[in-house]
Amino acid sequence: MKRLTLNSILKSRAHKQAVVRAVGLTSHKEVLIDPLADDCPEAFRDAAQAAMMSDKSGVHAIEGEDYFLNVFNPPLRLIIVGAVHIAQPLASMAQLAGYDLTIIDPRESFASPERFPDMAISHDWPDEAVKAFGPDHRTSIVTLTHDPKIDDPALQAALNSPCFYIGALGSNKTHKARLDRLREAGFTDEQMSRINGPVGLDIGAKCPAEIAISIMAQMTEALRKGTKS
Amino acid sequence: MSETKKSDTLGTDERVLEIAEEWLADSKKVALATVVATWGSAPRPVGSHLAVDEDARFVGSVSGGCIEGAVVHEALDAIAEDKARLIEFGVSNDQAWEVGLACGGTIKIYVEPVGA
Repeated sequence: MKRLTLNSILKSRAHKQAVVRAVGLTSHKEVLIDPLADDCPEAFRDAAQAAMMSDKSGVHAIEGEDYFLNVFNPPLRLIIVGAVHIAQPLASMAQLAGYDLTIIDPRESFASPERFPDMAISHDWPDEAVKAFGPDHRTSIVTLTHDPKIDDPALQAALNSPCFYIGALGSNKTHKARLDRLREAGFTDEQMSRINGPVGLDIGAKCPAEIAISIMAQMTEALRKGTKS
Repeated sequence: MSETKKSDTLGTDERVLEIAEEWLADSKKVALATVVATWGSAPRPVGSHLAVDEDARFVGSVSGGCIEGAVVHEALDAIAEDKARLIEFGVSNDQAWEVGLACGGTIKIYVEPVGA
């Protein structure tokens, strides 16, 4: 590995950008790839993009040689909108699963350091806060307030981003009303189908910790299998 | 807005490349070992790194312990010869038992000098 390559990988990581390093296992030729860039070498593009999206490094036959594609993805991130009760177990579980966390709630009494010790908290308005966060293909966004004033702007920002998971807490009735509002705001049914609502896998969850489990399970499924239940 | 809180679950592995760069900045010669393929039950996932410097200091992990010594050896050779190599290790069930792994597996590791 060239030192220049090592430094580029470290720089991409610091900027939370995905990068794939390909190395020929017999020729030892190395190529550093930004899978989404226009100048991504054509022969590597498909394999590099698939490796990036699935977060799986591995060996691929490219131009008659075995290349090892090493994926350096930005960290997993979870944005929780609404510092409500469910946010507490969800934040703890997500940290255990390796997510960097941000909790967004303009209501300072909800999103207080006492309720969420050692966690990054933003009191900015959700649309601005979500946008400033720069959600990427390794980001998940979950809204928990039920309050359209807070949830809706966050969901709009989420739909305008490439984040891999969007979840919105609320009953079927709440969710239908939410979709009606988003439709009026100009979103299509296809776009809105990215929102998991009511949020979480249907495991009959009752208490906040159980609901957090159902959300984490659905988020994990979206991350690892690329599916939407 | 406030800074994102870093999760420390993956901390060690994320630090390997940074430490390799620190060693290089300190004028040490460095090699990097990377798991490129696994079969059966391998303890560390594909893409895991182990960095070694010319004084045999190492950081990171490619096997959870059982073949680290052999990999460090290969890394020192890679530094001395300035040449990359691909090596394969089988972890027999007996060995696996001794190092506390549940069952055997095979891993392929790419070892290369870093620099230039």
